[in-house]
Amino acid sequence: MNSPDDTSSKLLTSSQLRALEAESIHIIREVIAEFERPGLLFSGGKDSIVMLHLAVKALRPAKLPFPIVHIDTGHNFPEAIEYRDRTAKNLGIDLIVGSVPDALESGRVQASTLPGASRNRLQTPVLLDTIRDGKFDAVFGGARRDEERARAKERVYSFRDEFGQWDPKNQRPELWNIYNGFTNTGQHIRVFPLSNWTELDIWQYVLEENIELPSIYFAHEREVFERDGMLMAYSEFLKPENGEKVFTETVRFRTVGDMTITAGLKSNATTLEQVIAEIAVARVSERGESRADDRTSEAAMEDRKREGYF
Amino acid sequence: MELLRIATAGSVDDGKSTLIGRLLFDSKAIYDDVLDSAEQHSRKQSSEYFNLALLTDGLKAEREQGITIDVAYRYFSTPKRKFILADTPGHVQYTRNMVTGASTADVALIIVDARHGVVEQSRRHAVIGALLGIKHVVVCINKMDLVDFKEEVFRPIQDDLHELLEELQIGSHHFIPISALEGDNVVESSDRMPWYEDGPLLPHLEDLELPDNSEGAPFRMPVQYVIRPLSNEYHDYRGYAGTIASGTVEVGQEIAVMPSGALTTVTAIETPEGEANSASEAEAVTIRIADNLDISRGAMFSSATERPTTDNSFDATVCWMGERTSLKTGSMLRIKHTTHSARAMVSGLECKIDINRLADTGACEDLKLNEIGQVTLRTSEPLVFDKYADSRGTGSFILIDESTNETVGAGMIGRPPFIGAAGI
Repeated sequence: MNSPDDTSSKLLTSSQLRALEAESIHIIREVIAEFERPGLLFSGGKDSIVMLHLAVKALRPAKLPFPIVHIDTGHNFPEAIEYRDRTAKNLGIDLIVGSVPDALESGRVQASTLPGASRNRLQTPVLLDTIRDGKFDAVFGGARRDEERARAKERVYSFRDEFGQWDPKNQRPELWNIYNGFTNTGQHIRVFPLSNWTELDIWQYVLEENIELPSIYFAHEREVFERDGMLMAYSEFLKPENGEKVFTETVRFRTVGDMTITAGLKSNATTLEQVIAEIAVARVSERGESRADDRTSEAAMEDRKREGYF
Repeated sequence: MELLRIATAGSVDDGKSTLIGRLLFDSKAIYDDVLDSAEQHSRKQSSEYFNLALLTDGLKAEREQGITIDVAYRYFSTPKRKFILADTPGHVQYTRNMVTGASTADVALIIVDARHGVVEQSRRHAVIGALLGIKHVVVCINKMDLVDFKEEVFRPIQDDLHELLEELQIGSHHFIPISALEGDNVVESSDRMPWYEDGPLLPHLEDLELPDNSEGAPFRMPVQYVIRPLSNEYHDYRGYAGTIASGTVEVGQEIAVMPSGALTTVTAIETPEGEANSASEAEAVTIRIADNLDISRGAMFSSATERPTTDNSFDATVCWMGERTSLKTGSMLRIKHTTHSARAMVSGLECKIDINRLADTGACEDLKLNEIGQVTLRTSEPLVFDKYADSRGTGSFILIDESTNETVGAGMIGRPPFIGAAGI
């Protein structure tokens, strides 16, 4: 067996990526053909960027016939927001933003006063409101089954009831490449075209297709402080407490989420090739390494997904 | 083919999860933090040894009860291949999950407990694999450590299953004695079984060449979506998007548009990588044609010479998946076949297939959850199809309950070739 420092060991060849690409395009086309009002969840993170890239390929030379949707906690990296806005403009498509700050202001959701609480959970009601208000019957999400074990159980077409809930023990069987998208009013389907991709597949595809990513994915200098062994970005949304010290470090981000829960990694990787080389030998999963939200409990993701989370 | 899709089935006792855990662990597809969390859970359960199965069971209920409830998909890769593994429970009450997992797989991995030999469950997995058109079966005879690694235990099990697989007409198969718990013949060769010389499991999966049935298969592409940009730049553009279900298509080729049978010529093939002169099975393409024909979603592009069947009545093998209802003569359902959806009525229920004994149980009243039978369906519109044995893509369908929208059946057009051979 290959040793862990053998970077080539997990790298896929082009034909494997093409097989994944074809499968994703098939799924995206099914949705466009069968649903009345799809939307595509877009955060400016690498997975949603790849998903959007595939959607453009699936329909070209026609323009995308659906909007991109972002659930904005108000605590996002400015680089990701800038990327999001520019992408929508370049593609000439609508951008719908579900805003957590607006929901807090209107009293729709209440911020937790517990120390260390993030806006992560507040995204779920805002997401469900946005889906309902937008009358979306299908919502594309960039989740991958390799990310987390509750996600390993999820269908490509994941049925959600009127409350947006996922019932993992009562999912529709999914056979061949035939998808059952039938729903009644008020219900919807979450569609995961990247289900069979792994983190490395995404990075290699980004390299092969020469897809632009927000700059925070590459090594840069940033003011950070250490919390629970993770390097958190210092910002107006997250400040050091109890003697935590702010210092400058060269970091990159492996995932791009809310700034208050996404940690950076010490790295000098400034090119895609260098990032891929580092990820190929990483010994910690992307969520374990950079998401404070999944450290809450062993089943944190399953619980949030049941409630209607991404 | 560098991407291999494997289906496996089994229960806690035969060591399936341990084997998968071992494959993931030894191919370094498991990250340290995931391992830590499984180890913590092991301790919580006061296991004496680290439970590899905890790496694969995803849901809370599964970890608590120590069982696999649903299909889970696992990913691992080596320098040679990427593997997608559909991991399903093996008990008869989960037949529908096994059918689901096998529907997209090329290879079935059957695990037999060396102490117990071929049991009903092993036979069931083989039969489901054969029904779903699996091309190759790997049988791992596990727990060899508990039978002193004896060849005399391995051989009779091999002979037993070999006979069954031949009967099922799965000509391509391979037997490996392993110990998943201790790692013998999983990734590394075992020096405790010198009598076995065919190599461990992972290298076998890496180097496996599947029998290629697609060679010479006629061209089929169900039309998914018609791309019409309606922009100035692409004013008259009209492209037919779809995934090629079988065969190959070339620019300049004459094709038939089914169900009308109208002939036209391919003028352009667009792939995700740009224009191409030809494309083949599993590629997602957009095809443009010379004539202005009435074509919408649900139509099928076909080889002009070897055409699919167009009919509104056909025989099929159906696995019933509905929990609250059963399939009976007269049942009305929605059918989804390729990119086409219609209503279907069950006009005949011939027999139930006993998947454990590989036999016809004779006349029956209805098909209940997890039962498999031979039915005749009549549809509200003609379908364009091939036999499942000839083409998975154009021979498969699902049945949907119109009142609940649930998927209640999986169907394969035609009848399994081995049923006649087995004397039914």
